[in-house]
Amino acid sequence: MSSAAAAREGVPALAVEDLVAGYGGVIALDGVSISAGTAAITAVLGANGAGKTTLLRAVSGMIRPRRGRVLLDGADQAGRSPEQMVRAGVAHVPEGQGVIPELTVEENLRVGMMAWPFRSPRAERAAALDEAYERFRPLADRRRKLAATLSGGERQMLVIARALLARPRVLLLDEPSLGLAPRIMAQVMDLVVRLSREHGITIVLVEQNARGALAIADHGVVLNLGRVVAAADAATLAADVALRHHYLGF
Amino acid sequence: MVEFLQFTLSGVVFGMIYAAVALSLVLIWRGTRLLNYGQGGMAMFTTYVAIEVIYHTGSYWEGFVIALAAGVVLGAICQLTIIRPTMNKPPLNAVIVTIGLLILLEGLAGIFYGGQYRSFPTAFSQAGLRIGGTPLGVSRFDVFVAAAVLVTTLALAVAFRYTSAGLRMRAAAFNATIARLSGIRVARVLTVGWALAGLLGALAGLLVSPSTFLYPNSMDTIFVYGFTAAVIGGLDSPGGAVVGGLLLGIALSYAGGYLHSGANLVPLVALGILVLVLMVRPDGLFSASQVRRV
Repeated sequence: MSSAAAAREGVPALAVEDLVAGYGGVIALDGVSISAGTAAITAVLGANGAGKTTLLRAVSGMIRPRRGRVLLDGADQAGRSPEQMVRAGVAHVPEGQGVIPELTVEENLRVGMMAWPFRSPRAERAAALDEAYERFRPLADRRRKLAATLSGGERQMLVIARALLARPRVLLLDEPSLGLAPRIMAQVMDLVVRLSREHGITIVLVEQNARGALAIADHGVVLNLGRVVAAADAATLAADVALRHHYLGF
Repeated sequence: MVEFLQFTLSGVVFGMIYAAVALSLVLIWRGTRLLNYGQGGMAMFTTYVAIEVIYHTGSYWEGFVIALAAGVVLGAICQLTIIRPTMNKPPLNAVIVTIGLLILLEGLAGIFYGGQYRSFPTAFSQAGLRIGGTPLGVSRFDVFVAAAVLVTTLALAVAFRYTSAGLRMRAAAFNATIARLSGIRVARVLTVGWALAGLLGALAGLLVSPSTFLYPNSMDTIFVYGFTAAVIGGLDSPGGAVVGGLLLGIALSYAGGYLHSGANLVPLVALGILVLVLMVRPDGLFSASQVRRV
């Protein structure tokens, strides 16, 4: 089923059903079901250890779920490798350390196109790079510099630009605002909104900064100790004082 | 003065061989943080392949090319069959497996070819070159040795730097998680790394065996020197491996030439250099880990 057809029939771009995953003897996700609406922003919130990062890792194939389904446009993808998932249209931006500092900015971006079909024309790749530089101006001036020389905000920009070069339909963002100055953080959040509104990318946003995430999200899910404790419109969650005090800390 | 020139030039030649071994170790180390103790054994084995081919066909170059191809195949097969199952296990498992690989290959070589020393032919004359009457201490074949390693190293450097496959290998080496999330098939990249390491080891075996003779343990010393060179260079830096190989080759050449009964002291000097580097700069002279600390 094509993604457009799936959207028409109301099948979410990404859904997980009854997902169980963990590390060794520890169960980090205990029967989680979530659906992320097509071209919407779904915020995944919760305290440290709630299972937010594990959820993203299980979706992108970094860890193999022990049970449950990962549905892309309704088709089960659980248990596939990250190499396969990115080809299926899922880009995962892990928390921190996302750039490869030993590579130049441009090389980091080219890594983002490694999932493209082998025969993709050179001109198409060049055009995609130009488009990335167009969108992220500061990167264009630094393209020959090592990524190690970038500031925190520029690194986050580079990581998101690289993920977009994989042409994802679903973008998983793990704490994109972590460690950034407030002004840069606002820019990153702004970018996330544009990616969903203007480019139709389905976004799953994991954040410690619950207030900021709910401000831009359409939908919110609150995890606690590996289980979903609340799932509703972002506005509804933000208005739920008890829930906020209990799980979100604001 | 003439002595100094001779020692330096012959040091450079041996240094290039150590550099080839060092580079083969670096290629595998960068991908998986694994030191391949079987590298010398693989090089010894492919050199036996070369000697058999040369014996049957009478052509040095056929033996040369087939040995290099055997290095590629042997490297890939070893990675696929015995190394891949150790991934996602404690790192010591893989180390033990490579030591086992060394013992296995040396044992097989002993069974197939016997333990006697065999001479290995050269492609070019080993008569010393002279410039106007002054002996340079190196032969035409020595020039070939240096050139062969230099060309191979440069070809690898260019491929790593400028091709998509090279970028894939570097990305996988620096950050396997990001590489996989970007769609790079890291397991395949590691196999290619072992194949290239096999190629470099085979080259080193072909180039050093005319000087050392060939026997099942003949690459052990060369492996230790190559390892020392790789550590001097920082273990994860290809450029450092080459510089480390040259520094070590020249230092050992001076030690062997100038010290009283120097030839016997050479392994000791190598050990001394290794200890010194590990004490003063444990990351080696060219480690890339400095970039990471930013």
